[in-house]
Amino acid sequence: MSNESIRLFQLFISASLINNFVFTRFLGLCIFFGVSKKMETAIGMSITFTAVMVISSAISWFLFNYLMIPMNITFLKIVVFIGVVATFVQASDTIMRKVAPTLYYKLGVYLALIATNCIILAVPLISSDEGYSFIETLVFGLGSGLGFGLALTIMASIREKLELSIVPRPFQGLPIAFIVTGLIALAFTGFSGLLTL
Amino acid sequence: MSNTKTNWQLVREGILTDNTIFRMAISLCPSIAVTSSLRNGFLMGAAVLFVQVMVNMTVSAMRNVIHPKIRIPIFMLIISAWVSVTDMGMAAFAREAYRQMGLYIELIVAFASILAKAELFASKNKVVPSMFEGFGMGVGFLIALCIISFFRELLGRGTLWGLEIIAAKPLLIMVLPAGGFLTTGLLMGFFNWVDMHYFGGKGAGGASGH
Repeated sequence: MSNESIRLFQLFISASLINNFVFTRFLGLCIFFGVSKKMETAIGMSITFTAVMVISSAISWFLFNYLMIPMNITFLKIVVFIGVVATFVQASDTIMRKVAPTLYYKLGVYLALIATNCIILAVPLISSDEGYSFIETLVFGLGSGLGFGLALTIMASIREKLELSIVPRPFQGLPIAFIVTGLIALAFTGFSGLLTL
Repeated sequence: MSNTKTNWQLVREGILTDNTIFRMAISLCPSIAVTSSLRNGFLMGAAVLFVQVMVNMTVSAMRNVIHPKIRIPIFMLIISAWVSVTDMGMAAFAREAYRQMGLYIELIVAFASILAKAELFASKNKVVPSMFEGFGMGVGFLIALCIISFFRELLGRGTLWGLEIIAAKPLLIMVLPAGGFLTTGLLMGFFNWVDMHYFGGKGAGGASGH
């Protein structure tokens, strides 16, 4: 492998495991706790999330590098990125409803939920801060999306079991979900020594 | 729809019954991340307080001009404008803290609670009640962050606001990301317990998620 592809692989591992969005960066928690109750929704959500993340970070990269840097308006990046993400999600919602109705009925619900989610917005913000190249941005988006999907799937499978167990009443619902997440996060700290970037 | 509650009732509700973090459990994402030290937690809370009050006032002042069909994009624009202001202000005046939590300040823009307040309250009410409502929510948020970060910094580093309180470092796990989840979960459970035992609540706090 060449040096470049090794670096991309490192970036991918770092985005998906070491700096996992949910467990070490605390992003996307609202969605994470909201949809991790059932395995099926968790999988649908992860697919939608990964796709939206890769595409919207690619669009934002072009805007940032070819429009905002030449025009010297990088201070507007929050406004621009949230506009890009919201527009893209809305557009794909409309297009999907016309072009692929079956897919829309499976995944459309999740699209509406993620329009202004912090995790979707974080990918373009981080990659513009770090000055990633186009390929790096794509890999970073893909890694982050898969990492989020992994977190959702783990959590959903635990919560399906949790439904059957007896939890003290004050801790039912979210508090126990938080504690479970804390324990998984502890396990994920083990990845931090995997490689150094 | 006009509002019949007094201003102080609105503030009280924002702090106690509708506390964003412990009762409603929304907008958790960037907030738990910065609570590993009391100062960062306080600054984050203050930033959210500022953004919430300013957004509520702006939305409420412009409520008769905004066309109902495009109100959500307009709200998003207003929110991101005020978040940009806060972001640049923090970058200028609190450099050290900004270096640690700049990303999370930028992500205030995606807070569900701010958009929800703008949509449900500020767009239907006058400027002054909206200001108080935003103030109550912001203070409730600030207090919640301070409680979480108080425990995390004290137990994890043995310090408070950078000052040494306990010589040893009792529980290093508390400053790790995992500690943030554990502290929040335990505190949420504790507040539910207090609510059930002393106020006769059903302990449903934070059950809805999202």
